[in-house]
Amino acid sequence: MGMTITEKILASHAGKDLVEAGEIIDARLDLTLANDITAPLSLEEFDKVGAKKVFDSEKVVFVLDHFTPNKDIPSAENCKLIREFSRKYGITHIYDGGACGIEHALLPEEGLVVPGDVVIGADSHTCTYGALGAFSTGVGSTDLTYGMVTGHNWFKVPESIKFHCYGTWQRWVTGKDLILYIIGMIGVDGALYASMEYTGEAISDLSMDSRFAIANMAIEAGAKNGIFRVDEKTLAYVKDRGQRPYTVFESDSDARYREVFEIDAGKIGLKVACPSLPSNVKDVEELGGTHVDQVVIGSCTNGRLEDLAMAAEILRGKKVASDTRCIVIPATPKIYLEAMRRGYLETFVEARCIVSPPTCGPCLGGHMGILAKGEKAVATTNRNFVGRMGHPESEVYLAGPAVAAASAIKGSISHPLEVA
Amino acid sequence: MKLKGRVWKFGDNIDTDVIIPARYLASTDPKVLGEHCMEPLDPNFAKKVKAGDIIVGGANFGCGSSREHAPIAISALGIPLIISKSFARIFYRNAFNKGLALLEADLVDEVDEGEEIEVDVATGVIKIKSREVIAKPIPPFMVELINEGGLINYLRKKLEDRQ
Repeated sequence: MGMTITEKILASHAGKDLVEAGEIIDARLDLTLANDITAPLSLEEFDKVGAKKVFDSEKVVFVLDHFTPNKDIPSAENCKLIREFSRKYGITHIYDGGACGIEHALLPEEGLVVPGDVVIGADSHTCTYGALGAFSTGVGSTDLTYGMVTGHNWFKVPESIKFHCYGTWQRWVTGKDLILYIIGMIGVDGALYASMEYTGEAISDLSMDSRFAIANMAIEAGAKNGIFRVDEKTLAYVKDRGQRPYTVFESDSDARYREVFEIDAGKIGLKVACPSLPSNVKDVEELGGTHVDQVVIGSCTNGRLEDLAMAAEILRGKKVASDTRCIVIPATPKIYLEAMRRGYLETFVEARCIVSPPTCGPCLGGHMGILAKGEKAVATTNRNFVGRMGHPESEVYLAGPAVAAASAIKGSISHPLEVA
Repeated sequence: MKLKGRVWKFGDNIDTDVIIPARYLASTDPKVLGEHCMEPLDPNFAKKVKAGDIIVGGANFGCGSSREHAPIAISALGIPLIISKSFARIFYRNAFNKGLALLEADLVDEVDEGEEIEVDVATGVIKIKSREVIAKPIPPFMVELINEGGLINYLRKKLEDRQ
């Protein structure tokens, strides 16, 4: 019996020729990550353990992206703590101030994750790097401390579910629509503890930005990781950025899958996940007329260049509806600069959008766009749980960049064709 | 570990944003986190709960973010145990790592809110009135970890052995 790409990566990091789903292994880590919310708890545990150093000062990454630029005194104190720790232990990769971007857009862009890696991060969306053919998963702060100190952690080898996609994508449809479609189909625990693997010609046709968005939301189906085959697009992406040598793993043709889904890409339209679960998915056409007070275009799911390009194309020469606010958050400084060079930022400001510095900000109801009681938002983010973006009685609709931009213009949930 | 406590019932997909909303995450103080536990669902939850009470949930308890503030907030209220049909995986690891016990059993339709139940965490035997329900056993590896006193104690010991 052959192995899946996830099994092969885990086996190679556990010093084994073969692993099976369900097996508990101890694996070597290539990178650990924490942010300004999760690192402080990790550093408390680090002190309790009595560790004298981190396992590798170049493989422990801190990104101060959640409550930054700092929203209040406690969040500023947390960042200060992380800076002091980084100085003391010689951490080379701390992203702060103007170097800071949203962690899961930033790390691949900086070349810190390469194909074949095993990565843990104290942030549930660490699963994003599966787009690069790496195994990456979210953990809590205590597990992260264990990884930071030892360079290892234990894993249960997940079962794999294969999503084979064929056919041609419709206009405006991106990876976000595919992952919303899948979560709507299998539910928020449909892939609990499992690996979600994507294959097929329609997946090869997707950009890296779309693949990151798909891998990013594996956690919203309860999965341990999402993973893609490494192809020419992956190699081209890594070639310009990768900071370390890498290994390409590929699933065997006789690998074992718990389930295989065949998906016709051509049948997937623009999707919206309604409050208050990412699995509450409808076609955008079903929601026409729903008023929105705020639109957010950004986050570790959809704050990349492809997303901003699509939003700018729709917003060019138009204005955001007078009783709607639209916040655009380029995910990293490089994306911000490129969006500026290409004129997207000018388009957004002229359309009366608010352009924010890179931050997680409103996605998790931190700051920079909190909703009042009864307000509704369309967001290209990843979660629409009760109170996620503000007041417990506010509501979030999740969508891709095209629906978000069109909804900003109309002031209600809209298809881009309605504003063309 | 044998426990006896009153039940607080919750449904399916109780996510970490309702267990502890992100706006409180600038704090790592268990007391502060406990005060806001479950606030979006019931603003008075923290005031009503007593130490020793037990949470009973449905499927996928603890889904969403990796914030360890979630099990910390629950433990801060003196809740020693959650019994749920299933748990989200990051929450599952975090809870054990922080010393909060979890058992998998589908009790939502079996118990009433406020009812007292008795639980033997090691054997998974749950006594409800005169009946008994057996929870799914905790995986052997997790039991080993608990016996070591949690992940951080396990690591501390490992580092001491090396020195």
